[in-house]
Amino acid sequence: MLRSGGEPYWKRKSKGIVERRARLGDLYDRGAVEAVRKGVREWEESVFSEQARKQRSESSGYQTASGIPVKALYVPSDIADADYSDQSYPGVFPYLRGVHPTMYRGRKWTMRMFSGFGTPEDTNKRLKLLLDHGETGLSVAFDMPTLYGYDCDHERAHGEVGRCGVNVSSLKDMEVIFDGIPLGTVSTSMTINAPAAVLTCMYAGVARKQGVPAERLRGTVQADMLKEYIAQKEWVYPPEAHLRVVKDLMVYCTKKMPLWNYISISGYHIREAGSSAVQELAFTLADGFGYIELGLEAGLKPAEFAPRLSFFFNSTMDFFEEIAKFRAARRIWATVLREKYHVADPRSLLMRFHTQTSGASLTWQQPMNNIVRTTIEALAAVLGGTQSLHTNSFDEAWALPTEKAVQVALRTQQVIAEETGVPAVIDPLGGSYYVEWLTEQMEEEAYKYFDRIDAAGGILRAIKSGYMQREIAENSYRLSRRVEEGKDGVVGVNKFAEDERKPIETLKIDFRAQRRQVRRLAQVKKERDGPRAEAALLGVRRAFEREPLNSIEPMMKAVMEYATLGEIVQVGREVFGTWKEPLIV
Amino acid sequence: MPKKALVAERRIRVLVAKPGLDGHDRGVLVLARALRDSGMEVIYSGLLPSPEQVARMAVDEDVDVVALSLLNGAHMTAFPKVKRLLERMGGRDILVVGGGIIPEEDKPKLQSMGITGLFGPGSSLEEIVEHVRERVQRERWRD
Repeated sequence: MLRSGGEPYWKRKSKGIVERRARLGDLYDRGAVEAVRKGVREWEESVFSEQARKQRSESSGYQTASGIPVKALYVPSDIADADYSDQSYPGVFPYLRGVHPTMYRGRKWTMRMFSGFGTPEDTNKRLKLLLDHGETGLSVAFDMPTLYGYDCDHERAHGEVGRCGVNVSSLKDMEVIFDGIPLGTVSTSMTINAPAAVLTCMYAGVARKQGVPAERLRGTVQADMLKEYIAQKEWVYPPEAHLRVVKDLMVYCTKKMPLWNYISISGYHIREAGSSAVQELAFTLADGFGYIELGLEAGLKPAEFAPRLSFFFNSTMDFFEEIAKFRAARRIWATVLREKYHVADPRSLLMRFHTQTSGASLTWQQPMNNIVRTTIEALAAVLGGTQSLHTNSFDEAWALPTEKAVQVALRTQQVIAEETGVPAVIDPLGGSYYVEWLTEQMEEEAYKYFDRIDAAGGILRAIKSGYMQREIAENSYRLSRRVEEGKDGVVGVNKFAEDERKPIETLKIDFRAQRRQVRRLAQVKKERDGPRAEAALLGVRRAFEREPLNSIEPMMKAVMEYATLGEIVQVGREVFGTWKEPLIV
Repeated sequence: MPKKALVAERRIRVLVAKPGLDGHDRGVLVLARALRDSGMEVIYSGLLPSPEQVARMAVDEDVDVVALSLLNGAHMTAFPKVKRLLERMGGRDILVVGGGIIPEEDKPKLQSMGITGLFGPGSSLEEIVEHVRERVQRERWRD
């Protein structure tokens, strides 16, 4: 999947699902299914049609957001081909029902609100506030210069420092962000990709100063470079070079930071970039298989590294399609890992995932309605069995969220957890004729995409040719046209729109953040032992130049000598070069 | 041939660009296609050009309009920079429109520099296309 092509497995799987529809699964007997088939046909032709005619309601043309046509009613005969072993039990292969035997009875999902802005001091304050409000995991957002590997004093960072995340230029900044937060007990997710290895080293560095050993650190870096080329587009080096550093990180963390989730394979950005649910599912899992192959290539055993791969999905407005997507994702992952990659260790087959509600679904118009959207999306994620959840704030089509808006978003999760009764029953929509049918449809479509990506020469070549990027752009344009033409309704935008547009109160980012950061960086450079930092950077260069030398240990040394993020990434730029994406439009 | 027909045949040339560290290209890609579908000639800068590169491209490609998009909060530095560089590079008459996540209080300042539109998540494609067409016809093709 990563580099090769022509694998017959994918075609076999999608064909298998289609062919299976003709057979009868172990849950039903033939006579009963035939009776339902006959019954529903009669109902459709008489009762339903008659009423529909009277109401002049549309009898066809309904589809999911991904464009899968849907009927008005689903009955047992729609899923009569399934064996119960395909559904199974929570914590049991193929994990369709959930990855843990007790699910939310044992432990609620982790409420993890993504935050970061301005200076490290601003972010430290916000993180502490969220912990005080009952948040159970930290999640840090970085600004654009940090994401692209530039220090705050670089020309390209001008005007961008602290604007949409916190700025980190050196270990010093990380010391401030986590000041007073015990890294031995919290778990921290960092949304960082191209410089993920550097930030991992910095986090471990702060922990070391707090007296917490690296092997006890719990957290996640995103480090999913494949989806960067596909969707989020925050890269520095060419794909092969980034994958090589990711490989180094996998090997290093497997040995030294066993609780660290070093890749969060992300569909979120693929979806936000305009893909459909099916594309999100397919491209994300294809990336996942790519990382499995990368780990194997590095000589790691699946049982050592597969449990450290976690996933990150989007949850948006087509409620049932989202739930079907989450369920399908679990079943595909476990099935393919077992069948194609011969992974036996059960822990390695579990797809654990974080979910974030969809930013793109939020409207600028009538922003309070976004609370409702977020609630629906959050509920879909919980019904889909997510392990952790971020809920967006209602003001995010306007700006980064205010404290008040973030609090409502967190409370939304708490209301679902405490008041709805939903967490009491595991996978409560399992067995729904519609949801089970749709889950299988999503799987079939995903396997077709795997085959297409594989036929394009695997993910790396598909990325370089822009295949997935164009598929997403195509779908996003389709969605925009549908809203523009009124085919898809969006309340406040093309339905129930109001003329009055009152500005809402938004978060203001202090422009002084840049100056403060630049001043701190100058101070760091003055106070550090210059020659030692230089020597450490040389070590990084040597490792970059001589694969298979692992680059993480030298990076760790450089970070501890207060070599800056920009300096370390610049070494990579000089060794590996940079990247320009193929033409998409 | 009457002058009006000539004007109607002429196609508007637009450079669509994101002049900063910002990979959020969903909006800009949709916009590029919408402008093209409306009959304009569209050039897309590709990702991560600096303001200098955007201005240079606009002058070299002899476009009527530069359409800038940023969702990273850097519009107050990057947009004016493109505008200033255009003037310096001999593209004083190239129009600049912009969009992204732009707070209300930032708009007057950008508008006073001649950067208009300032569309956001609430804007429709039709509105944006119309604004570009209207400005070009009014300010570039007025003779």
